[in-house]
Amino acid sequence: MSEKVLMKGNEVLAESAMRAGCKYFFGYPITPQTELSAYMSKHMPKIGGTFLQAESEVAAINMVYGAAAAGARVMTSSSSPGISLKSEGVSYIAGADLPAVIINVMRGGPGLGSIQPSQSDYWQATKALGHGDFQMVVYAPSTVQEMADYVAKAFDVADEYRTPVMILLDGLLGQMMEPVELPEPKADIPDKPWACTGTKGERAHNVVNSLYLDADLLDQTNRERYERYDKIKAAEQISEEYLCDDADIVVVAFGAAARIARNAVNAAREQGIKAGLFRPITLWPFPVDALEKTVAHARGYLTVEMKMGQMVDDVRLVVAGRAPVVFYGRTGGVIPTPAEVLDAIVAFDQKVGE
Amino acid sequence: MSEMRFILSGFGGQGLLFGGKVIAYTGLIEDRQVSWLPSYGPEMRGGTANCSVTLSDEPIGSPLITNPTAVIAMNQPSVDKFEVDIVPGGIIVIDSALTNSGPARDDITSFMIPATSAAEEEGLKGLANIVCVGKLWAETQFCQRETLDAAIRKAVPARKVAMVDKNLAALELGMSM
Repeated sequence: MSEKVLMKGNEVLAESAMRAGCKYFFGYPITPQTELSAYMSKHMPKIGGTFLQAESEVAAINMVYGAAAAGARVMTSSSSPGISLKSEGVSYIAGADLPAVIINVMRGGPGLGSIQPSQSDYWQATKALGHGDFQMVVYAPSTVQEMADYVAKAFDVADEYRTPVMILLDGLLGQMMEPVELPEPKADIPDKPWACTGTKGERAHNVVNSLYLDADLLDQTNRERYERYDKIKAAEQISEEYLCDDADIVVVAFGAAARIARNAVNAAREQGIKAGLFRPITLWPFPVDALEKTVAHARGYLTVEMKMGQMVDDVRLVVAGRAPVVFYGRTGGVIPTPAEVLDAIVAFDQKVGE
Repeated sequence: MSEMRFILSGFGGQGLLFGGKVIAYTGLIEDRQVSWLPSYGPEMRGGTANCSVTLSDEPIGSPLITNPTAVIAMNQPSVDKFEVDIVPGGIIVIDSALTNSGPARDDITSFMIPATSAAEEEGLKGLANIVCVGKLWAETQFCQRETLDAAIRKAVPARKVAMVDKNLAALELGMSM
């Protein structure tokens, strides 16, 4: 157990990655994640690693592709518009079945949007961060401590399933400081016998590639990848339930929005409304199994999002018409207040109580 | 102790983010729940650079404070922006050397102290932020007295260790005002 320190979320993401064995970071600065790159530039050389500020986001993600192909633990980070630029490379990484960790500290969109906190890249992260049939594991931490913990986990999960993993947070979490206990440095990183490290004349060539001119072979490769996705869905769902056991109104929120929603749930309980908070920590795979358990008693679901209600679709897929599912949120970088969320809970409670 | 929510606000360069860090470190030392959130928008380049600091014994919800229990305001835009948000019974510490009007509300307590000019007179130029933190502590006792000094020692970076004593003197100055 190391001593707790007070650190900024963005810096914790960088420090925790290095402790997880990340020796390569390729990035390009953008608000509100720049402190992450700055921290890497200062500290990566001290551990014998490589920090490189690329000429563009496109270059950075392709450097990640190369380092991952060579078996390194590698990371990149950006914020919303920069992640869009990286999307082609992420698709190649997924198509080549390579592990890599990608951080998105979201800001308001679309377009250049604002630089204030937002969650509006949910669909991009969970449905389609690029072309083709692929998914990524997506973690949505809600505290600085969880940022430390899930970055460490992200590298292990990426290696285990040979898949890109995203840490999805917003500018609020990236900028804030909280006490954090940093993970111990990871000593044993598993071998990667598939990596392109040179044959030394002792084995057949390893090939890293995402181009398949034989359609049947690509079909087969995609199907095998989706079998791996089924294993991820079965083993890697994570969520936190707060006061959900007897909840009439289940509020569903992740990341910074979940912190605000938790305040509102407490305030609603004080008014006698049986509200609870369901917080997905994996956004993909969405924690459908745990959410399903609430359907037996919940009279309604309210998603609280810093976007126009994208996650509400995933909640509706689970609830499947058995209870009303509605959305409350703000966009563009406006952070909802606990009082606004409480009003939404009260109004929804009156509606489903009729 | 119930939750304390502080906003420290002024011009960029006055050290309000650092002042907030000192308060946050007191929570770390006393093993309480802490959050510190800076403004990071264009307002940092003039107007109100500010930070939100919450100390609590319960898990902290939004780190963005919309209803502070206390405010430090080191310029007029900060008084104008945050006075309205303070909870009834809350306090505001205003650097009267840099502002031209105090708060209009009578359901909060205001402390007008000439932090910037007093700091300069005492050879503590640039430490008006910590003078204000000292005054805030004197009025709210947001931590144990010795914790505050320990927080200064933690918050001042190693390369500026010579500044520790001046920061401690600035705290004392604020408490005496």
